[in-house]
Amino acid sequence: MRAVGIILAGGNSYKMKELTQKRAVAAMPIAGSYRAIDFALSNMSNSHIQKVAVLTQYNARSLNEHLNSSKWWDFGRKQGGLYVFTPTITADNGYWYRGTADAIYQNLDFLKRCHEPYVIITSGDAVYKMDYNKVLEYHIAKRADITIVCKELAPGEDASRFGTLKMNDTMRVEEFEEKPMVAKSNTISTGIYVIRRRHLIDMIEHCAEEDRHDFVTDILIRYKNLKKIYGYKIKDYWNSISTVDAYYRTNMDFLKPEVRNYFFKEQPDVYSKVSDLPPAKYNPGAVVKNSLIASGSIINGTVENSILFKKTFVGNNCVIKNSIILNDVYLGDNTYIENCIVESRNTIRANTRHVGEDGVKVVIEKNERYVL
Amino acid sequence: MLLAGGQGSRLGVLTAKVAKPAVAFGGKYRIIDFPLSNCINSGIDTVGVLTQYQPLRLNAHIGIGIPWDLDRNYGGVTILPPYEKSTSSEWYTGTANAIYQNIDYIETFHPDYVLILSGDHIYKMDYEVMLDYHKANNADVTIAAMPVPMEEASRFGIVITDDDGRITEFQEKPEKPKSNLASMGIYIFSWPVLKEALHTMRDESGCDFGKHIIPYCHRKGERLFAYEYNGYWKDVGTLGSYWEANMELIDIIPEFNLYEEFWKIYTNSGILPPQYISEQAVIDRCIIGNGSEIYGEVHNSVIGSGVVIGEGTVVRDSIIMKDAVIGKNCVVDKAIIAENCKIGDEVVMGIGRDVPNRLKPSVYSFGLVTIGENSVIPEKVQIGKNTAISGKTTAEDYPDGVLDSGETLIKAGERV
Repeated sequence: MRAVGIILAGGNSYKMKELTQKRAVAAMPIAGSYRAIDFALSNMSNSHIQKVAVLTQYNARSLNEHLNSSKWWDFGRKQGGLYVFTPTITADNGYWYRGTADAIYQNLDFLKRCHEPYVIITSGDAVYKMDYNKVLEYHIAKRADITIVCKELAPGEDASRFGTLKMNDTMRVEEFEEKPMVAKSNTISTGIYVIRRRHLIDMIEHCAEEDRHDFVTDILIRYKNLKKIYGYKIKDYWNSISTVDAYYRTNMDFLKPEVRNYFFKEQPDVYSKVSDLPPAKYNPGAVVKNSLIASGSIINGTVENSILFKKTFVGNNCVIKNSIILNDVYLGDNTYIENCIVESRNTIRANTRHVGEDGVKVVIEKNERYVL
Repeated sequence: MLLAGGQGSRLGVLTAKVAKPAVAFGGKYRIIDFPLSNCINSGIDTVGVLTQYQPLRLNAHIGIGIPWDLDRNYGGVTILPPYEKSTSSEWYTGTANAIYQNIDYIETFHPDYVLILSGDHIYKMDYEVMLDYHKANNADVTIAAMPVPMEEASRFGIVITDDDGRITEFQEKPEKPKSNLASMGIYIFSWPVLKEALHTMRDESGCDFGKHIIPYCHRKGERLFAYEYNGYWKDVGTLGSYWEANMELIDIIPEFNLYEEFWKIYTNSGILPPQYISEQAVIDRCIIGNGSEIYGEVHNSVIGSGVVIGEGTVVRDSIIMKDAVIGKNCVVDKAIIAENCKIGDEVVMGIGRDVPNRLKPSVYSFGLVTIGENSVIPEKVQIGKNTAISGKTTAEDYPDGVLDSGETLIKAGERV
């Protein structure tokens, strides 16, 4: 084992609006059967990284529930394991995690006790498949201090919610800007880094001494001329879900055969917690077109170009179009939903109409549910 | 003690390579999931599974019992195959003989009571209620029994009880049944009574609960009680009843409801993506497992996990198990297609007259097409009713591209 993994899953995003009221971004449901963090965890597991720390802070309840057993991702071995670090008050620290670097600093003992020479850091809110060993090989071959995995956005895509970077011919990072108003480059950082463990510990400790707390602005950007920071470009599918729009688009991408095959059919697999649900059931009146349906759902109405998460109930004469229905939603008869994201565990009364007129509408409706 | 060693020969090619309890049921389950889930839901966390016939699939499915929460520090699930002994080594010759050979296993847990189950019924039952009944009656043996219609009673083992539920008489498949309470093959024994009976009857060849142990206990004057059960219980011993039980799950509110929160059925299901229903697909009254991709039409069917149904294909009244791939423009009518089958394009199944099967008319009937696991069917062939196919078949196996109704096609090297 050459590396330990750190997954930064503490974040909240105000751009996710109501969707992160009840959960951290890393716990957002994806593609019918998964949660965002499953992708990072599966990548770790499939890259044979056996020791993984998940740093959580914001509203971690549903994330913790999801991570209550490490067996789904095949961690929980005698060597390694899945560690969940939530901020705690200790004798010499009473703060929450004040930033990503601080989050690592507060758990530095974990890194110090490891024996693996490298650390892979990733965020918990990106949808991608990656063999981190390839990045690690590159990191070693380049004799880099830090390697940043980056991706070129398609022209026209908004780079301002990412860190953007510019590299020279040798792929060394020369410029790095965090969430610039006007991006100078369309190459963005994916928030996946490879660093030598001793090196990371030194930088984090130094950073803490100066009372700085953010990994990107206080380490990557400040050190970029001092340290050898290299970029590793990927061309494969990678998407961050940190806005409602990006979340919606990322999910809808799974209706495309090439994305679906890439994640669902090609090796290695993406793992998730298995819930013991019966197969989906289609009753008379069900009309389903170009949609993903998860297990435990019961469908009596029309579903088009949509993603239904686990245990969705669709009543008679319902019409659902271009929408994402999160898990355990009950839709009463004659409901019309178009262009919406319906929050999990909602109960929508019969004859309700929700349409996202300009852009995607987030529907939150808590009603009493009277079902068996 | 869960008896899971039987072949279930009346399921034909479906059980050619797997024991009956390991046969898929209801999209994502296997038959043994029902008694195993009943056990853990009833608070029974020490379960011995007796295997003998083709146990590979069963062993792989059960593993260390994680899906049923039967991976325990103490007890849990233990697979008990027949084993070599210093004096006489033998297979399990009968249901009671299998238990007799595992007396040591039972003794390690010092039980007061032993529950005997069979691994081939579909039902939800709280064994704890039955055990309470057993205790309240101060019984030695309690037999679960279910009222059946009087005209069908002669197909079952019938128990006759007095007003207190105490069994006074047995009738095995009687012509003139005196009662309609049919034994379900579920027994609770007080362990000392069972142990004594097993020792006494140990030389009986093919020692069986119904034929030997229960009559012995009755003769000896032990307190035998019948526990009346009135819920859903289905023996899926024949292809017809297996098909019917699957189809019943499709009803709008099925009598046997898998969607209830209470009394969940657990299974070893693997981590699978959601199912994809395409733009051209037509889905009508069916249940579909995770990871399947439907491009054609599916009516009134039970589809397992990871199944692909090609464009233009019409599936009707059929059961398709895990990972089977059906090509394009096929017609599948009233078929049972087992796991991992590959069906070529433009295959037509279930046509022609309803002629009885020539080889095994009692097994392959009900007008069904039955296809064993890992079979391959070449494109553009036509397959009649009451047929069975197993193995990697090629176009040469179908004279004129047709397998007539009532024919059986088992490739060399494949067993029926």
